[in-house]
Amino acid sequence: MSEHASSDHSDGHSHDDSYYVKVWGVLLVLLAISYVGPWLEIAIVTLLTAFGIAGVKAYLVMKYFMHLDVEKPIVRYFLVTSVVFMVLMFAGVAPDIMKHEGTNWENLAAKAEIERALAVQAAGGGHGEDAGGHDDAGAGHTEGH
Amino acid sequence: MAFKPIATTRSATGVLTSKLAVWWLLASEVVIFGGVLVSYLMHRVGHPEWAEYASHTDPRIGLVNTIVLLSSSLTAVLAHQAAERGDGPRAARFLWYTVGGACAFLLIKSAEWTMEISHGYTIWANGFWSFYYTAAGIHASHVIAGAVLMIWVARSARKNEDLHRVENVGLYWHFVDIVWIFLFPLLYIAK
Repeated sequence: MSEHASSDHSDGHSHDDSYYVKVWGVLLVLLAISYVGPWLEIAIVTLLTAFGIAGVKAYLVMKYFMHLDVEKPIVRYFLVTSVVFMVLMFAGVAPDIMKHEGTNWENLAAKAEIERALAVQAAGGGHGEDAGGHDDAGAGHTEGH
Repeated sequence: MAFKPIATTRSATGVLTSKLAVWWLLASEVVIFGGVLVSYLMHRVGHPEWAEYASHTDPRIGLVNTIVLLSSSLTAVLAHQAAERGDGPRAARFLWYTVGGACAFLLIKSAEWTMEISHGYTIWANGFWSFYYTAAGIHASHVIAGAVLMIWVARSARKNEDLHRVENVGLYWHFVDIVWIFLFPLLYIAK
């Protein structure tokens, strides 16, 4: 079935190997920027160089290595649908996890764990199991109030 | 030509059926990894104490592993290009380089985890480390699966058989690379 190797690439997007090596070079430069970004110790710069550049790198890999730009539209529909479901999950759950209290509820376990862990860290702990505790606050247990 | 089932030779979408299946798989993977990553993000935002836990990961190791995976993605796409030109042996060779990248990644990861576990940063140490091992562990299992698949595809590509599989396995590998591109800042850079 080797005759199918380029059956759906009739638009001739095949490139010389050096083309892909250049894309790889750009990816490495971007990686270097994301690595040194936090050295400036400016939160917004770290956010941009870490996550902004991760987005750019993912875009480059999808466009140039996965050839998504010349792929049939149905593939993009698949991916967009998945991302929409992911965002939906985030939007539905995030308020309960990122906040620890609301109009009629309070996440006592999470608050207690944050208080405990920050106290341990302030006291100079926070190494390995010392910092571990046995919390389940990370799981976002909510107690009625 | 050997008999082929009709489902693999016709296409209503204009995309080769096997490649369409890979994209379906990747769409489902987006939800799996996306779910883990956004859950981590939510907890990270909601738990200021995690910043201290995260400061114990070593960005240098993350950096090296990112370089390894980006380079293995390059060899995967070069394998695809060789397959496009009908050069199976060259495609197989580049797939083997990619397998080498996968093995290097796993070796570095093993050494890193051994070091962290020996320092007491275990999966049950706290929520951060639970996410750390879960997310990186699911990713590593995909690296292993990708390496096995590439060995399989390389063996047939070497004989110029089923060259369309080279692109399919490459797509999967690029996705594994993209997941790591997001794991790197989440687990190593954001302190």
